[in-house]
This record gives sequence, structure tokens and C-alpha cells, in this order.
Amino acid sequence: MTTPVAPALPTPATGGSREAPVRRRRARPSPSERRERNAALRFISPWIVGFVVFTAWPILYSAYLSLTDYDVINDPTFVGLDNYREMAQDPKVALSLWNTLVYTVVQVPLYTVVALALALLLNQAARSAGFFRTAFFIPKMTPPVAVGVLLLLLFNGQYGIVNEVLSWVGIQGPSWTTDQDWIKPGLVLISLWTVGSAVIILLAALRNVPNDLYDAARVDGAGFWRRTRAVTVPMISGALFFVVVINTIAGFQMFTEAYSAYFGAGNSTYRNDTALFYVIYLFQEGFQELHMGYASALAWLLFVVIMLVTVVQLVVSRRLVYYEGEQR
Amino acid sequence: MTTAPSFPRPAVSGAGAATDPAAGTPETLGPPPPARPAPSARGPGRRWLRAVVLAALVLATVAFVYPLLWLLSASFKPRAEVFDNRLVPRTFTLDNYVTVWQEAPLALWLGNTVVVTVLAAGLVTVSSALVAWGFAFFRFRGRGPLFGLVLATMMLPGAVTMIPTFLIWNQLGLVGTNVPLWAGNLFASAFYVFLLRQFFLGLPREPFEAARLDGANNWQMFWRIAVPLCRPALVLTFLFEAQASWTDLMRPLIYLQDSSTFTIPRGLKALIDQFGPGGESQWEVVVTASVITTLPMILLFFLGQRHFVEGVATTGSKG
Repeated sequence: MTTPVAPALPTPATGGSREAPVRRRRARPSPSERRERNAALRFISPWIVGFVVFTAWPILYSAYLSLTDYDVINDPTFVGLDNYREMAQDPKVALSLWNTLVYTVVQVPLYTVVALALALLLNQAARSAGFFRTAFFIPKMTPPVAVGVLLLLLFNGQYGIVNEVLSWVGIQGPSWTTDQDWIKPGLVLISLWTVGSAVIILLAALRNVPNDLYDAARVDGAGFWRRTRAVTVPMISGALFFVVVINTIAGFQMFTEAYSAYFGAGNSTYRNDTALFYVIYLFQEGFQELHMGYASALAWLLFVVIMLVTVVQLVVSRRLVYYEGEQR
Repeated sequence: MTTAPSFPRPAVSGAGAATDPAAGTPETLGPPPPARPAPSARGPGRRWLRAVVLAALVLATVAFVYPLLWLLSASFKPRAEVFDNRLVPRTFTLDNYVTVWQEAPLALWLGNTVVVTVLAAGLVTVSSALVAWGFAFFRFRGRGPLFGLVLATMMLPGAVTMIPTFLIWNQLGLVGTNVPLWAGNLFASAFYVFLLRQFFLGLPREPFEAARLDGANNWQMFWRIAVPLCRPALVLTFLFEAQASWTDLMRPLIYLQDSSTFTIPRGLKALIDQFGPGGESQWEVVVTASVITTLPMILLFFLGQRHFVEGVATTGSKG
């Protein structure tokens, strides 16, 4: 990600070897080419400025800050790798990393399966799909801070409607919001409430699966499950993969719902060890304790973890994801 | 057409959505869109299956919509009845709204949020459209790698740049104002550049050639031809960003200190701290403030319903 800004200015005279035989005369751009390039760069310039100021520089500066102690008031003092060494010993780093990992590992598959199930259902209801699609999407409009409130209210151990519904079928629900063992499951469940956008994405993919594939499968005597497993899932694996990747990245950056429900300014009455997600800890260190250097080191670890996971997912997807028109 | 650099489009090919303007661009090559899937079951089991599917869908709808109705209903209940889980309040009261109005500078918070949301969404729409047009219309060497860089920034977790970005605004003396909540949007956003470029690539080339012959300059071609043709995509960008901006909690937490500058989610968090589980346990106040925070988004959704749903179907969502 530390790519320099260089590509903004196309270097002349290095026109790849592939083009060379045809366009040998173009040692340097012609006036009309240069005019077109300059016009394009004028349109693109807002992004270039933003990239330099709000992406490239922050990346470099945060790498530097991670090697310092910095409290915003006094100048940064260089401490080498001390922050990283401290992180290795910090029990809260281990705890928050663990919490985040557990949450993501449970939430992403569950979320994807529920989204797929609902999309399959919607795909069966040809005529009324539009109405249901809309209904499923509405929760996605709820501000995450209010989702945190809903979590506290609906999952309240004594009075919450979730436990009331469970009691109808004879289950005595746990104290979702106060029992440390049940806080993460509660957060996972409430995240399923905003599954609507993934349902819409998967439904769009389902509608692109050619009918003749199903007809062929039916002729071969494949039942519903067999068709789903052998035709549907492979055909929409691209969209499924997209949902998985996006949610994994979001899961690692889980913040608002948990913070809204279990953390607050100067509130010591919250019991929230199992809701301490990595970005929440990063936020506390950076903006409440003003340990900017340490928080930058935390940010870099997160960056490395997310990149690693995404790369692994991409590599795995090469084997599992089928894109239309692809030769295998 | 263009020699667009190909990149992995997130596989959410939108050929199924009738309004996908990207259809026909080099990225959406493939077999023609199939018709609607045939009803799955034929024969005697069909009607029975349909009933089951419908029942499951209705049940899911209840699960999705009920919490919001619960919240709305609870905001009209007195404190003792907030948790009674009745959909229709036994005692109907507007007291909670009066209390919230007195306890918190709600009008101020709403005003702040509207200003931030409109600026953030408006600016990002304009700037991203400009940048997307630069990538879609012109050909120049280095365009592919440069656009690759745009896409790469989408993968960058916000947490990495959070602290230096804060230090920039701190250096400029703007921490404590709402400027950091929208000014970054002057510089376009990778996700929307990607989205709008797709739409621009789908435009026919002819009107632009004709306009050029008539002596129109680049700016006129963008503003008079491309922008009007891509209005749905621009509306979508505005709506997506308006939602993201209205519902954001983290940046207001970082940048706003004084209660009079709060946006409504930040204000709601302050009310949760004061009246919620860590505070006085006056849930009716928290509930009512949550309704006030959420309702404008529901309104926005119904105003731009088609855009939202079709938009997510064709482009994915920001997550």
C-alpha cells in the first residue's frame, strides 16, 4: 500500500514492448495526446490531492508515529520498536484481538448462510419478491448507534422480546447483555438483522443463473438440495465471495454497535471485557488516552492482519469461485 | 468503445436489474440476461411449496420490521410500560418527546446533522463524478495503473489513516468543528469513483463526438451531456453517502467535544451514557432519541427506495 504517487504522471518513452512494433514513432506523447492527458488529470486532480493528503501521507506518517511516543501536546519522541514490544505483552491487545477474531469467524459464515437462505426464498417468490426485498432492506437504514440501543432492549435478559419469544417454545433465554459469555452471541445475532443488503446482492446474482442449467439438472433427477449445491452455489460463488470478503473486513473493524451498547465516556459501570473489539481498543488508546504512537502501532497490526486474511481469501477463491466465461 | 483497463468487477454483474446502465460495457460481457427463473416446483407439490415459501418470507419480514415498530411504539409509552412488548401502547403519551426535547439540544443536533449530511453527500457526489469522468472519457498512458491505485485505496482499513488524519485537522485548528466530517469529501471517494465510472462507461460515444464538432469543450461535455444522462447514478451516490454520513458515530466521537456541535448519533450516544444502562436507566428517553435518530433515514429510504435497492443489487454496498 505504500505505492508512491508516481503513476499520476505517465512516463513517456516506456511504452511497453507489446506495443512497440506498431507504435514505434511514439517516443513522446503527441500534442493531442498531451492535451487529452492534461484534460483528464484536471478532472482527476481532486482525487490526486486527496490521495496524497489523506491516504499516502497518513500511511507514511502513521508508520513513523508507530515508532514514537506521542501525546499530541508534546513533540513525538522516537522509541524504536518499543510500541510493538509493548503490544506483545499487552493483555488487552490479546483480548481484543481474540474477541475480534471470534466475532468475525462466527459472524461471517452465519451472516452469509442466512443471506443465502433468504435470497433463495425470495427467488422462489417471483411476484412478491419486490415487496419482501424492500422489507428486508429497511433495517440497514437504522444508524448503528441505534442498533446498539435495540440490542440492549430486545435482548434484555429479563424483559426483552427475544427471551419472551424463546419462552413460548420453552427455552429460558440467557442474560444476553450482561452475561459476559452471551455478549458476543448477542452482537452476532443483532448483526443478522442488517443482512438485507447482502440478500439483495445474492438475489441479483441468483437471477442471473441461466434456467437451462436447472432444467438440465432436473432432467437428471436432481432435487432441490442437489440443485442448490451443484448449480446455484457454484454459479453465484462470485457474489458469495464478495459478501464474505466485505463482511470479513467489516467484522475486523467492528466498532459502533458494540461501542454504542457497552462503552461510554467515563462510565465505569459497564462490564464489557468480552465486547472489547480491536478498533474499540485502538480508539480508546488513541483518542481517550492520547497514546497516538501506540495506537498507530495497533493500527498497523490491524492493517497487516486484514491484508493477510484478504490475500488468503483471494487465493482460496481462485480455487472455489467460478466466474462466467472463465476457462478452466 | 474505450480500451478500459479490466479489473475484477466484484462479480455482482447486474444484468438482471433492468436499469443497469453498465450493461454493454466491456465488463459485462457474457451471455444475454436470462428470463426470470421458472417457478421451481411443478406438479402437485407446487401450491404447497408456495405456501411454505410465503410463510417463511412473512415470518422473516416480521423479524426485520418488528424491532423498528417496537421502538416506535415504545417511544409513546410511559416508563413503566416501555418493556411490556405490546405493539399498541396501553397508555399513549407524547411526554417522552417533550422530555427529550427539554433534556437535549435536539434542534441543534438535527440542524448540525443536516448540514454535515448535505455537505458530505453533495461534495462527494460532485468530486467523485469529476474524477470518474476523468477516468471514463479520456485515454492517457498510465490510466490503468492509476485507476488500480484508486481501487487499492478501497481496501485500506480506515483505522490505519484515522490518527494522522486527526492530526491534520488538529494542526489546522478544526478539531471541535464539523469541518472534518465533510471536508474530506471534496477529494472524491474511491467507492463512488468506481461506481460512477461504470455508469459513464455505459454512455454512448456519439453525443460527445457531435458536441465536440459543435465546438463544446471538455467541461461542457461533462456538465451538459454526461451529468444529465447519469442522474440516477448521481442520485444513488448522494443517497449512499447521505446515509453513511448521517449514521456515522466514530468520526463525531473523534472530532466533536462540545455538546452544541454534536450530530444526532453522537448526541444519542451521549443520551445513552446519561440515561442508559451505565446511567439512570430512563430507557424511554433513550428509546425516543433513537426514534428521532432513525426516522429521517427511514424517510430517506422511502424517498429513494428504488435507487437504494437497485443500487445495492448492481454495485454492492459499502458494507
